[in-house]
Amino acid sequence: MGIIKASKLIFDYIRRDEEENIEEIKRAIDDVSLDIEAGQFIAILGHNGSGKSTFAKQLNAILLPTEGTVWIQGLDTSKEENLWEVRKKTGMVFQNPDNQIIGNIVEEDVGFGPENMGVPTEEIWRRVDESLKAVGMASYRLKSPNKLSGGQKQRVAIAGVMAMRPQCIVLDEPTAMLDPNGRKEVVKTVLELNKKEGITVLLITHYMEEVTDADRVIVMDEGKVVMDGTPKEIFSRVEELKSYRLDVPQVTELAYELQKGGVDLPDGILTLEELMENLIPKFAGHISNKEASENGGDHGN
Amino acid sequence: MGIKVEHLNYIYGNGTAFEQHALKDVNLEIKDGEFIGLIGHTGSGKSTLIQHLNGLIRGTSGAIYYNDKNIYSDGYNMQALRSQVGLVFQYPEHQLFEVDVFSDVCFGPKNQKLSKEEIETRAKEALTMVGLDESYYKRSPFDLSGGQKRRVAIAGVLAMRPEVLILDEPTAGLDPKGRDEILDQIERLHKEQKMTIILVSHSMEDIARYVDRILVMNQGEKVFDDTPKEVFKHYKELEAIGLAAPQITYVVHTLKERGIPIDSNITTIEEARDEILRLLSK
Repeated sequence: MGIIKASKLIFDYIRRDEEENIEEIKRAIDDVSLDIEAGQFIAILGHNGSGKSTFAKQLNAILLPTEGTVWIQGLDTSKEENLWEVRKKTGMVFQNPDNQIIGNIVEEDVGFGPENMGVPTEEIWRRVDESLKAVGMASYRLKSPNKLSGGQKQRVAIAGVMAMRPQCIVLDEPTAMLDPNGRKEVVKTVLELNKKEGITVLLITHYMEEVTDADRVIVMDEGKVVMDGTPKEIFSRVEELKSYRLDVPQVTELAYELQKGGVDLPDGILTLEELMENLIPKFAGHISNKEASENGGDHGN
Repeated sequence: MGIKVEHLNYIYGNGTAFEQHALKDVNLEIKDGEFIGLIGHTGSGKSTLIQHLNGLIRGTSGAIYYNDKNIYSDGYNMQALRSQVGLVFQYPEHQLFEVDVFSDVCFGPKNQKLSKEEIETRAKEALTMVGLDESYYKRSPFDLSGGQKRRVAIAGVLAMRPEVLILDEPTAGLDPKGRDEILDQIERLHKEQKMTIILVSHSMEDIARYVDRILVMNQGEKVFDDTPKEVFKHYKELEAIGLAAPQITYVVHTLKERGIPIDSNITTIEEARDEILRLLSK
């Protein structure tokens, strides 16, 4: 069993009227079985309403299964005696940085989690130090969080989770409200935590470019897992991804379009370098010197 | 006609210790019917700028002309300006509050003190424009999906029949399909209603696909003002100010550096595909 295991997981949202009669049942997770190995970087994709966030909330017992079981390091999340342990093991980071920061200064905010866990004061400070260093925010220790950029706030939120020493971090669209720089900062931080500290990462996102470094990509649709594989495997199935209202990185799409146009390229190209390596040799013999000089001047018409 | 901004400056907390020069001598002109993309990293002054355009913030100095009239002149009708220049904020669905979709969209025109018939005509028209049919009218806005909620919120602004529509990151948090749906609808408003559109976005791919002209803000100043093709040629400068060009720009420039005579004006996947296939078919 891996660090996270879900078996035949089902979750229903139940809406009741004023007399507590059931008005509507919406199945958000529909028979999901997954086994996630410790130390992996997992990306979860899916359109709005596909069940990704509901699944994430099962992983630290914010929501409990309607049917089926979720285990975090072998602990059944539905057993009340496991609640604290489960929450210590999986930390969550949410979309909106402004909703998860409570401290007046950065260090106070990061120390909030371990303080609540009853960690001795000296140990709290040690953890605050380490966590802020791990996310590259040590120099902001005494700053007020509301003076930080969105990306910096998310890094503080990640440090706050790190200070609780979780085995696993679940990030639910942590970059949705950030600009390109902020997005890069956060993704880089998360990757480093995974590679250097060995923390298992589950990243939920709509940005396909953030997924290319993952060990494994899981695609959800209508509460089910519909695709599961390496980024290369997943992104070579362009049409299938589109049928789930998703997208591929622009480089991948261009390679796919060129393939359709008869250019012999390997499936699932993910990066610019890969595309260049495979595409440039194709031009040999096609480009005459005459045209090269015609176009080379770049007159912009 | 259109919008003209002259030497606009804005200072937050003027005269206090927290003084911050948010807009510095901004000059620009937006003509009727243009589709403009406004980009810049967080804190570059984009949001401050758009709030000036419908008078929510008053410039510290400088002038703004809407249809040749200075909006800072005495007796200028700001209320009329706000319905002519419609502003859709970030995460506009947080502002939905009515019991059903139709009442929510009626709220704007109701405040314009129009007749009941006129209000309802406009609300229907606006909901049709964003692609929501009658089956949605009586539903609670809170039971809709994220993308649908956002369309209701946009309809709320459209119901005031603005001539200019400004949208602050209308696709943030939406999935790729929801993003395309919203942007396609905005493009339709631009084409069919001849509406002037100002789109604030962090997505260079979206900007490259839809807009006629890009304004780039950095530290309160306008640093670029040109077509996407021209602006994205400066991708190295864009990177230096915390932005980037679409991935396709990097493909084209790398090919060019490696001696492939590709047209460097390309900014979309379709253009790149056609050009590469053309070169390879020689």
